[in-house]
Amino acid sequence: MASVNQLIAVSLGYVAFLFAIAFFAERAAARGRGGWLRSPLVYTLSLSIYCTAWTFYGAVGYAARSGMEFVTIYLGPSLVMIGWWWALRKLVRIGRVHRATSVADLISARYGKSNLLAIVVTVMAVIGVTPYIALQLQSVTLSLSIFSGPEGAGSLNQFRAAFWVAFGLAIFTVLFGTRNLNANERHDGVVIAIAVEAVVKLVALLAVGVFVVWGIAGGLGPMMDRIDTSPIGQWNMDRSRWVALTALSAAAFLALPRMFQVMVVENEDERHLQIASWAFPLYLMLMSLFVVPIAVIGLDLMPAGSNPDLFVLTVPLSEGRVGLATLSFLGGFSSATSMVIVATLALSTMMSNHVVMPVWLSARAEGAQVSGDVRDVVILARRASILMIIGLGYLYYRFSGGGAALAAIGLISFAGVAQFLPAMLGGIFWRGATRWGALAGLVVGFTVWVYCSLLPSFGPGAVLSVATFDNGLWGIGWLRPLALFGIEGIDPTVHAVAWSLTLNTAVFLIVSLVTFPEPLERLQGAQFVNVFDHSTQARGWDAALATSEDLMIMTQRILGAEEAQILFRAEARRQGVHGQLPEPTQAFLQHLERELAASVGAATAHAMISQLVGGASVSVQELMAVADESAQILEYSNRLEAKSDELTRTARQLREANQKLTALSVQKDAFLSQISHELRTPMTSIRSFSEILRDTEGLGEVEQTKYASIIHGEAIRLTRLLDDLLDLSVLENGQVSLNLDTGQLGDVLAQSILTAQAGSARHLEVVRHPGEDPVRLMTDLDRLNQVFINLITNAQKYCDAAEPRLEIDVRRTDTAVEVVFRDNGTPIAPEARALIFEKFARINDQDGSGAGLGLAICREIMTRLGGDITLDPTLKGNVFVVRLPQLAALAAQ
Amino acid sequence: MTEPSPPPVFLERRSYRRRRIMDALRLLPVAGVLLWLLPLFWPTAADGPDAPAPLAMSDAVVYVFFVWVVLILAGAALWWALRASADPTEGIVRDDR
Repeated sequence: MASVNQLIAVSLGYVAFLFAIAFFAERAAARGRGGWLRSPLVYTLSLSIYCTAWTFYGAVGYAARSGMEFVTIYLGPSLVMIGWWWALRKLVRIGRVHRATSVADLISARYGKSNLLAIVVTVMAVIGVTPYIALQLQSVTLSLSIFSGPEGAGSLNQFRAAFWVAFGLAIFTVLFGTRNLNANERHDGVVIAIAVEAVVKLVALLAVGVFVVWGIAGGLGPMMDRIDTSPIGQWNMDRSRWVALTALSAAAFLALPRMFQVMVVENEDERHLQIASWAFPLYLMLMSLFVVPIAVIGLDLMPAGSNPDLFVLTVPLSEGRVGLATLSFLGGFSSATSMVIVATLALSTMMSNHVVMPVWLSARAEGAQVSGDVRDVVILARRASILMIIGLGYLYYRFSGGGAALAAIGLISFAGVAQFLPAMLGGIFWRGATRWGALAGLVVGFTVWVYCSLLPSFGPGAVLSVATFDNGLWGIGWLRPLALFGIEGIDPTVHAVAWSLTLNTAVFLIVSLVTFPEPLERLQGAQFVNVFDHSTQARGWDAALATSEDLMIMTQRILGAEEAQILFRAEARRQGVHGQLPEPTQAFLQHLERELAASVGAATAHAMISQLVGGASVSVQELMAVADESAQILEYSNRLEAKSDELTRTARQLREANQKLTALSVQKDAFLSQISHELRTPMTSIRSFSEILRDTEGLGEVEQTKYASIIHGEAIRLTRLLDDLLDLSVLENGQVSLNLDTGQLGDVLAQSILTAQAGSARHLEVVRHPGEDPVRLMTDLDRLNQVFINLITNAQKYCDAAEPRLEIDVRRTDTAVEVVFRDNGTPIAPEARALIFEKFARINDQDGSGAGLGLAICREIMTRLGGDITLDPTLKGNVFVVRLPQLAALAAQ
Repeated sequence: MTEPSPPPVFLERRSYRRRRIMDALRLLPVAGVLLWLLPLFWPTAADGPDAPAPLAMSDAVVYVFFVWVVLILAGAALWWALRASADPTEGIVRDDR
């Protein structure tokens, strides 16, 4: 018989081998040669952490006690995997898209990144999983004690052995589980170690099975006969347990934190899931293939009263197969260690992300961007959590005394974590699920589980008094822990599972129906439920409030300086910005949040960014996007409305333009008739007077002179008209050349007034303000003069006041010099104002002397001079303002 | 943005085949549940003396494992068929119809 020391040496050698494999795998991955680490085979094998020491040892014991019932624990997961299309596909996609780090992270992210929910899930997971870790420690020490022979002086101290096992597991997990912070990066070392252990435990169980069937029983046929004649030779199934345990194991398979870790977090490629969908059931099938034969042979060979949980070891040992027993021990050891490592890893991520980090962040009021290396805090928190969880498992083992049958603890633990399922599945399939619904469901389910399953498991009188068992809590009969609502006779496990899950689901649904989700929650709900439609996160940060420097500093503290720089540089390149820092756009903030979420969880990342940005803003458009189809319709109708608005605007503009054109056309027609009249009137008089001069004999000197001067005057008028037309056309075509000169504005004005009044018979009083600043100009003074003359002449011609009066004022503004001409005539009608600067525009036709070109020429001149001329709307009189740019007006000297 | 055009009524043969493979994938776990619920109807010793004799354990083992193997083989065959008919332009997981 192998001594314990030999066995310990073998175990240590095996552990050293695992360390080496994990180390080389990490090295290979770091050098980019880790492609083989990410094969579907490794993925499938890593899923095998579902098969813990409980299933390795316990299944045989289970079979020895209750026949085929053990298989339900495998049937549930097999169904879930085979039905991957229904739930797992979506779960994995959501986990990848939203970079979920754990079950708690997933649930909290779905329900509006609620950290309260994450904490509740974390605490529940720790309470649910700790007994399970204790179970693993127990199984390892129990199996070691088998080798140590009968209890006596030299026998193994189980508690000390358990301590060293726990210590070794903690070291391994800390070394390979917290190497990188990003929980979404694969823990290559851990995964490959688990895969190797998966092979070891399968080979061990198959080897024992083959030995039992062909070595002891003598082949398949005799084996079947022995099964039928054994104490478990008849189908003796509690039907409710068959259904309840299958459902429970399926639920636990989806909800167990460690399964989420290997199935979703460590998933590299969604196609691996498709292969695992049939390969993992194959693994489970092989794991359970020889369970019944081993149990039957164990019951047959071993003395009555020996522990059936250890038949896998004791049967080969009793046949003197020490090597086989050692292999079997390693198989059990592998099952226990791989489960503890992954479960601890998953729980420590949850602890550090959802308990430690939020506390740490809120403890420092300055927020994440101020001193302190977040990265170190996270890693430290994760390591401390690992030690704490394994420590808790050890303490539980120590104080529970390791008595209960293995399978019982396992089922209790399963029922505990299965409480996550309604919130989880409800969250990914039902948009109406709300945070309060999830919270209420979890709390109710968990409470029922604690009361009906966990506490009674310690036995009557331990935690719950015997009176409570018999008469219910506070003597209320329908609160008996094993007969809730007074319904007796249900199997205790079925009772606990059925009531806790039913009440959990019912409360979850009802509270979800009556509460109203927050905007972020609705947004996340839509993202999760419709993950296949749009795999993007649409969530608003008010990007303007963050500076790239702050973000960079914060990111460096979490991801490390190098990774942060790479991330920012890549974004800067994508944005086309030169240098290190990209613009803090909304898209970038979302990307950054997701990157951070992979390290510290969605809720913490959200909290950290909101500290910098100052709260998420969910815009109206995004909320509309939540409403999906109705939103699409709404968006469409909004677009239609916008388009129709635009069309209306365009139509109005067109109408205005058309009106203007029509008015101009009328003006033009009027002008043409006017100009023909203008041309014909002088032409007629020229022609008639020249005919008189030619044909009339004996005209007097005086008459001749009179007629000739009429002809001359008319010719001048014609020339002026033509000059104006020519002038305008030259100005409009930009062919004018300016004669720049310097001079005083006052002088120009004085000259204009003089010139304008010289040739006019009508009296116009021109008032100038005496105190005006002298303004020196650098412009074409002759052209400016022309504009002024035109304005004064217009006032002379058209001012219809009894005592016509024109005030001329000079104003200085910041950018221009304004010369204001204000007369006291009748204001020009508003509809005419838009037209008076157009060519051929004539306000009143009673005087045929103007051709309607003056103001058009003025405007052209002022444009050329860099200024403009406008008609300011007033109630009394007309105010023309001539603006000269500052450049033209030199500082007064 | 244009309105999404209604999906075509008839699919080409290959995508039709793919859709049916996906249907089969979805139905497979349902079949598994039904087959594994069948043991509920087997007589047990607890049913009393009037009930038929309980099933032999070896038959039960063979039945449960037979169903298991069938499900695994069917799952593997469907995976293979889906992969073989995979349309490079159409993502397998994207298509949810």
